[in-house]
Amino acid sequence: MSGVVVVAGYALRESVRRRVFAVVLLLTLLFLGLFAFATAKVFESSGDFTVGRDIGTLDATGLVASTMLGLAMFAILFLATVLAVFLTLGAVRGDAERGLLQPLVVRPLGRTSLLLGRFAAAASVCAVYVALVYAATTLIVHQASDRWPDAIVGPGLALMGASAVIVALALLGSVFLSATANGIVTFMLFGAGLVAGLMQSIADGIGSHSLGQIAHTIAIALPFEALYQAGLHALTADQSGFTGALIQLGPFGSSHAGGPGLDLWALAYVALALAIAAWGFARRDL
Amino acid sequence: MDPALSVTALRKAYGRTTALDGVDLEIGAGELVGLLGPNGAGKSTLVKIACGLVRPSGGNAAVCGAPAGSREARRALGYLAELFRFPGWARAEEVLALHQRLAGSNGGAAERAALLEQVDLLHARDRRVEAMSKGMQQRLGLAQALIGGPRLLLLDEPTSALDPVGRRMVRELLERLRGQGVAVLLNSHLLSEVELVCDRVAILVDGQVVAAGRPSELVHAGGVEIETAGGVRRFAQASREQVPELVADLVRDGERIYGVRVVTSSLEEAYLDAVGDQQEGAA
Repeated sequence: MSGVVVVAGYALRESVRRRVFAVVLLLTLLFLGLFAFATAKVFESSGDFTVGRDIGTLDATGLVASTMLGLAMFAILFLATVLAVFLTLGAVRGDAERGLLQPLVVRPLGRTSLLLGRFAAAASVCAVYVALVYAATTLIVHQASDRWPDAIVGPGLALMGASAVIVALALLGSVFLSATANGIVTFMLFGAGLVAGLMQSIADGIGSHSLGQIAHTIAIALPFEALYQAGLHALTADQSGFTGALIQLGPFGSSHAGGPGLDLWALAYVALALAIAAWGFARRDL
Repeated sequence: MDPALSVTALRKAYGRTTALDGVDLEIGAGELVGLLGPNGAGKSTLVKIACGLVRPSGGNAAVCGAPAGSREARRALGYLAELFRFPGWARAEEVLALHQRLAGSNGGAAERAALLEQVDLLHARDRRVEAMSKGMQQRLGLAQALIGGPRLLLLDEPTSALDPVGRRMVRELLERLRGQGVAVLLNSHLLSEVELVCDRVAILVDGQVVAAGRPSELVHAGGVEIETAGGVRRFAQASREQVPELVADLVRDGERIYGVRVVTSSLEEAYLDAVGDQQEGAA
């Protein structure tokens, strides 16, 4: 266990010293600034939209607040994916090709500990990052709308779980693929998850059960997408009526409830990915 | 007591390419063994199997009695790879501190200072790796390999980036380690260096040991040269034991003697013979 902690500390120190966090912080502040500006502008427009139009029970503020939170969820997942991929894409094969790994691997700590240390570091960084940006965007929307999402903690945890899944996948890829190939594959998997979400929206829209099944299967095969959908769903779980229907037309179109089964599956998925990575790493000649 | 390194019938194949083909080698405590051979002979593969970076296809390798690659084996060895790199952002002290933690060494700052002193890097303890020359990085690599007091040191081309002063420093360090009972497997292309410092030499060609023994056993006698007033007289078949008799005969004949040299082939010549014979045999 101490070996895992040492490697995790080493990986975190590397990120700090390479100014990874400084760059990420700078770009995230830029993103949050733009998000705050856009949110303020959108609420100005939505105020104009409600004046003079009597369209029944539409909660325009709630609709806009939910839409902005949904967009924030997508942006956070994307940014966390970028962070996860760049923290892990060359963790094994890339570092071995550069000669960085060999001096570490011959130490008594063992390859599995090394792998778990890298996972712990990257997953922790992503989790903290997701939590901070999620909290910031939620506060920005609250500041502009005086509304809180229907669930606050659950969606954040779902995003953190999604980022951990992506870290595990990128780490698994780093055992078998070169850094460049691994980065491409991981982003393509992320894209496949997005496509599954779009397919789900289309399936719901046209009422296609088989398309919905395909989308659901992909989301389960790539549980970061299922967790993301569950997080989105929890954000607006209490919205109903005309407003709830409209929300489903926006970025929440693909949202679906998760539940404890999904959480357990995501946990098992991460454990399986790490187990395969450890198996592959143990067999790799360096 | 178990040998520091014991290799028996070791084989390694990368796909259809055979890197090692039944290698036997044993290194005792305090023994310094040089591993020689042309590029692609399997030297680095042998070293990598010993430290657990590469899995053998057959045979056995053990470090201090423990299977190569096991935690016990890795605890007993220090390794300097031929192509290695430390993170450029880390300072020399940080590199050593990290490896102390990974090796479970509790030597602390005193051990780090002593190791940096041994490789003449104490003045650069706070320097980042990226600001170091290649030679300095190699010396830092050597210090890293010595963390925790290994019983077996595996060095893959440890002096390739060093200047003559640095090479001499490494030679002296290896001799000190031998005195402390540390076994060393030195993989090097620098034959003169191996000849100077190693107790035994193994020459590897195409994954097989084609010659092994003390450097003095591998070199061939080349006769005796005696410098006289009339020039250098060569006795091609004479041995060292015959020198007093030869000198006495010459003096008796009225020659004045200015110098005597027992001629032997260098390790380089012995190496070229071994490698050449093997390659001719293969052809």
